[in-house]
Amino acid sequence: MIGSRIQRAVLLGSLAFAPAALAQTPTDAQLKKGQEVYQYWCWNCHGGGTGKPGTEALQAKYNGTRPADLEQRTDLAPAVIKTFVRKGVSIMPIFRKTEISDAELDALAVYLARNTKAKSGN
Amino acid sequence: MPKLPPGLSSKDFQEAIRQFEAAVGKQWVFTSDEDVALYRDSYSVFLGEPEEIVASAAVAPDTVEQVQKVMKIANTFKVAMFPISTGKNLGYGGSAPNLSGSVVLDLKRMNRVLEVDDKRHFALVEPGVSYFDLYRYVHERGLKVLLDLPDPGWGSPVGNSLDHGVGYSTGEMRDHFGSHCGMEVVLPNGELIRTGMGAVPNAKTWQDYRYGAGPYVDGMFSQSNFGVVTKMGFWLNPQPDAYLSGTVTVSKHQDLIPLVDTLNYLENSGITNGMPQLGSPVYGGPFAPPDPELGALIGKPGGATPAELEQYAARKGRAYWSCGLQFYGPEKVIAAQWEYAREKFSSIPGAKFEEGPSYKFPLTPDQIEKSHKVTVGVPDLSIFMIGARSPFNANPSHGHVWFSPIVPRTGQAILDAQKVFTDASRETGLPLLAGPAPLPSTYYKRAFIFIFGIMVSTDPAVNKRNREAFKRVIKIAAEKGLVEYRTPPAFQDDVVATYSFNNHSLLRFHEAIKDAIDPNGILAAGRYGIWPKGMRAKRA
Repeated sequence: MIGSRIQRAVLLGSLAFAPAALAQTPTDAQLKKGQEVYQYWCWNCHGGGTGKPGTEALQAKYNGTRPADLEQRTDLAPAVIKTFVRKGVSIMPIFRKTEISDAELDALAVYLARNTKAKSGN
Repeated sequence: MPKLPPGLSSKDFQEAIRQFEAAVGKQWVFTSDEDVALYRDSYSVFLGEPEEIVASAAVAPDTVEQVQKVMKIANTFKVAMFPISTGKNLGYGGSAPNLSGSVVLDLKRMNRVLEVDDKRHFALVEPGVSYFDLYRYVHERGLKVLLDLPDPGWGSPVGNSLDHGVGYSTGEMRDHFGSHCGMEVVLPNGELIRTGMGAVPNAKTWQDYRYGAGPYVDGMFSQSNFGVVTKMGFWLNPQPDAYLSGTVTVSKHQDLIPLVDTLNYLENSGITNGMPQLGSPVYGGPFAPPDPELGALIGKPGGATPAELEQYAARKGRAYWSCGLQFYGPEKVIAAQWEYAREKFSSIPGAKFEEGPSYKFPLTPDQIEKSHKVTVGVPDLSIFMIGARSPFNANPSHGHVWFSPIVPRTGQAILDAQKVFTDASRETGLPLLAGPAPLPSTYYKRAFIFIFGIMVSTDPAVNKRNREAFKRVIKIAAEKGLVEYRTPPAFQDDVVATYSFNNHSLLRFHEAIKDAIDPNGILAAGRYGIWPKGMRAKRA
C-alpha cells in the first residue's frame, strides 16, 4: 500500500499509450450500459458545460492538445480507466464495487475507449 | 493492511466472514486485499504511512434484516464494525473506519427512496441514497419540492445529516440533521427501533412529528456509534415560485459588525430565508492571486492595517465586505423582502446594492446551467474545483481534510477569529488556505462555520507536519472558545477533548451510554472520541 499513488502514476504512464487491449468490438449493449454508468457516476465531474472539475483539470493539464471532456477522448485504454476508478487520482476518489461493479466498470471502460484505435505492435 | 479485526483470532474471523456471506450473499462480502483497499480514505492524512486507518473486510447488506443479521454475527464474534452510507464523507474520513481492522458495513446497496410527499413536504430514504438519487427521483416524477443540498451532491442525506452537514437553501433546511424527522436504527445488538412516531404501529405521522412521547433520542445517533441508521425522514422545502438573489457591499472595515447584525435580524425574522454568503472583495477573487500592490500590502510584517486596506479598496473601486442574500418564495413577496433588506442595510453609510440572478421555478436547463446549482436544488460536484488542477493551481492536491470551527454570528467574532487563525497559521505553519481574511463558508441559521482546507500531500513528512499543526491549532483555537463542529477520524479525539466542561462530563456520559448499549464495543469504536471500555487508553 505504501506509495501506491506513486506506483499508480507509473502504471498509468505505461498504459496510456497501450490500447492494444481493444481487440474486441464492443457490443451495443456494452456501450449503452457504459454510457449509463458514465452519465450516473462520471458526467458530473467529467462532462461538458461549466463547473466540471475533472474536465477543467484535464483542460489545464493538456491545454487543448487532448479533449478535456472524457467522452471525446480517442486515446483512452480500458485498463487506464479501470485504474483511475479503482485507485483514484488527485482529488478523484476511489470507487467501490458497491458503487460501480466490475461488470459496470467493464462497460464504462468499453464506452470511454470506444473511439480509441488499436495500434499495431503495441 | 491488517488482516484481522482487533482481538479476533483468524479462526473466528473466518467463521464470522462465512456467516456474513450466508447473511448477505458471498459476492457482497469483500476480503481480498484488492477489494478491501477500495475502502481506504481517498483523502487520508496518513497517505502511504503505516498508521493509515484501514479496514480488514467489508460487508454490504441490501436490507435492514440483513443489517440485523450482520450485527448479531458481529456481536457473537466481537467483530469491530464501521457503518458507512455512501462512503463519500471526503475530507472527514471517507469510507474508512476510525479503528484499523474494523469491518466496514457498507450500506450503499440500501439505496431506495421510500417516499417523497410533496403535499406534506418530506422524504423517507435509505442510507445508500445519494442527493443525486433523490434529485432524480423528485425530478422524474415532477414533485413540487426543493431539495436542500450540501456540496458535493454524491453524499447521502442520511450520512450527511448524521455528520451534521449543512446546505444552501432556507435556514431550517440547511441544518440537515435539524430538519430530519424520524429514524429507523439497528442497535449494536441487532435490535431494531424506530424513533418518534415510527414507534407507533398505525401512526401516519413518522415524518411529520419528531418527538413521539418520552425522551427524544435521535441526536444520540449522530456523530456517534450507538446504532446503524437504516431509514431516515427529512423535511423538504416546498418548491417555491421564485428565487431572488442580491448583494450588499460596504466600504469600511468596521462595517462588518452592523452588516452581520443586520443580516441576523433579517434572517432570524424570516425576511431573508436563503443562505447568506459573506465576502471580502477587497482581496479580489477567491482563486486568483492578489495583484502585486495588494500582495505587498498584506505580505509586509504584521500585514496590512484596516486603514491601508480601506484606502487600497477605495483606489481600486472595490468594496471592503459583501454579503450575498437569497430569497425563496412568491415573486412579489421576495421582491418586497429584498426591498426591506435594502432598507435595513441602508443604515450602514455607503452601503450599495446589486441585484443578482432571479428565477422562476422550475428552472429551464439553461438557467440551471448558469446558476449556482445547489442553491436552486440541483446537486453537482463543482466544489471539487478546490484542490483540482486549474489555471491557478498547477499542482493538484491528493485530497484535503477540513478544519471547521464554529464561530458566533457577529462581525466582531469574525474579526477575532480571523486573528486567531491567522496567528495560529503563522505559529504552527498549518496552511489555512482561506485567503488573508477567512470568512464563514457554511452558515447554520444561528452559527457560522469557517472551513479551512488542508491539502493532503504525497510527501508523508508534509502530512505529518500538518497533522501535528492541525492538532495544535485545535488547542489554540479552543483556548479562545473556537472548536470544530466536525472533523476527520485522525482528529476526533483531539476535538472531543476540547468539549471539556466539568472534567469531560459530556464524553463520560457518552461512554456510559456506549457501555450500556454496546457492551462488546463492536460498533464504530472511536467515532467522535467514544471508545469502548477496553480501548479508552488509546484516546489522545
